[in-house]
Amino acid sequence: MSKRVSITVSVNGQSYTQLVEPRMLLSDFLRHELGLTGTHVGCEHGVCGACTILLDGRSARSCLTLAVQTDGADIQTVEGLGTIEHLGRVQQAFRDHHGLQCGFCTPGFVMTITDMLLHHSLDTDDEIREALSGNICRCTGYEHIVNAVRELARERASFK
Amino acid sequence: MKPAVFDYVRAESVEHAVQTLAAAGGDGKLIAGGQSLMPMMNFRLVQPSILVDINRIVDLDIIQIRGARLSIGALVRHRMTGASELVQQHIPVLHHTMKHVAHLTVRNRGTFCGSICHADSAAEMPMMSLLLNGIMHIASPRGRREVPAQDFFIGAMATVLEPDEFVTEVEVDVLPGGTGWGFHEFARRHGDYALAAVAVTMQRHDCAASGVRIGVMGVGEISMRMPQVEEMLEGREINSDLLKKAVEALQAELEPNSDLHASADYRRHLAGALAGRAIIDAWSRSEKGTK
Repeated sequence: MSKRVSITVSVNGQSYTQLVEPRMLLSDFLRHELGLTGTHVGCEHGVCGACTILLDGRSARSCLTLAVQTDGADIQTVEGLGTIEHLGRVQQAFRDHHGLQCGFCTPGFVMTITDMLLHHSLDTDDEIREALSGNICRCTGYEHIVNAVRELARERASFK
Repeated sequence: MKPAVFDYVRAESVEHAVQTLAAAGGDGKLIAGGQSLMPMMNFRLVQPSILVDINRIVDLDIIQIRGARLSIGALVRHRMTGASELVQQHIPVLHHTMKHVAHLTVRNRGTFCGSICHADSAAEMPMMSLLLNGIMHIASPRGRREVPAQDFFIGAMATVLEPDEFVTEVEVDVLPGGTGWGFHEFARRHGDYALAAVAVTMQRHDCAASGVRIGVMGVGEISMRMPQVEEMLEGREINSDLLKKAVEALQAELEPNSDLHASADYRRHLAGALAGRAIIDAWSRSEKGTK
């Protein structure tokens, strides 16, 4: 085993200091070390988008990030967006528009969409679909996910 | 699907990074965005004994104009290149190309220089560095050297880089005002690796094309310039006859591979069709009568 490294990270506003093996993926750190199993692991090579989290406010694939690299970083996961009793706004839009069926890909989608709403132009369906193109869903056919994002983008525009 | 064991070093400077690589005796790897390296490590196709993280080195995340060149530092993410006003103003073809680079989440992390070092022939950065006469600035324990893009790529995912070398920045040409450009790519899903793409730039003097540059990717082991086709168009007015001949000449020079995604014949056909469109775009965008 290689030398373990001490990291301090903020996850959903809570600070954690832990020793990690350098080869530990951020996705495994979140799930196995912190017990935050909302972040799902699909392909583990950066194709499916299920493990998407926010790293210092921008979406990142946690399976392509080492936990040791995130020392000092601010991480947000799906657990930080809302609770079952009080869904976050993106989660509520998914519920309203039937944006999920099995739900496996959903945490990655809602984290990507959180980044999209913060930083990207979403005026047309083409822009929405392009921004979603790094996340794979095998159930919905994407139509209802696009509907949810379209509503969120319109709501965002009304605040400007 | 987990990386093999390695030691981790957070580099504090370029010198620290290359010294650490040298000490690893050919078994070390640099990591910047990690969007190509991490999948290869997860698959254990790459198993470095030491991983040198350059993400904390200061002043590498800068895009700047230097004379008639634009410099892109080793920690410039694809998102930053795509959003850069300098790039948009001075190299519109690169600005446009960035829209085709991977997906939003990958663009947040992946770097221009990292993609150059990865040297995948289906990625945009190697082709753009060839098109824009890029010069790779390379540091090692032996000092610094500069390698032109034309000499940098030597085979499929292979470059002239030594195991202890570090591409600290890539300099590319700023395009003269009035330069026309075209970029066309085909991928099975937006942001996926291209089956083929073609980029073209040219100026127009007295109704004739000049300074023609053509780059192709995805249709060979490495991205390429097409000097013979460039020569055919140089000094000529682009019309449909010439365009047809140029496309045929370009296709004749290509030796694409067949794989799961496309046959060699299809890739050759695709490259020709994309080249035709890119040449027309570049010609029509070039400003008439510019000197």
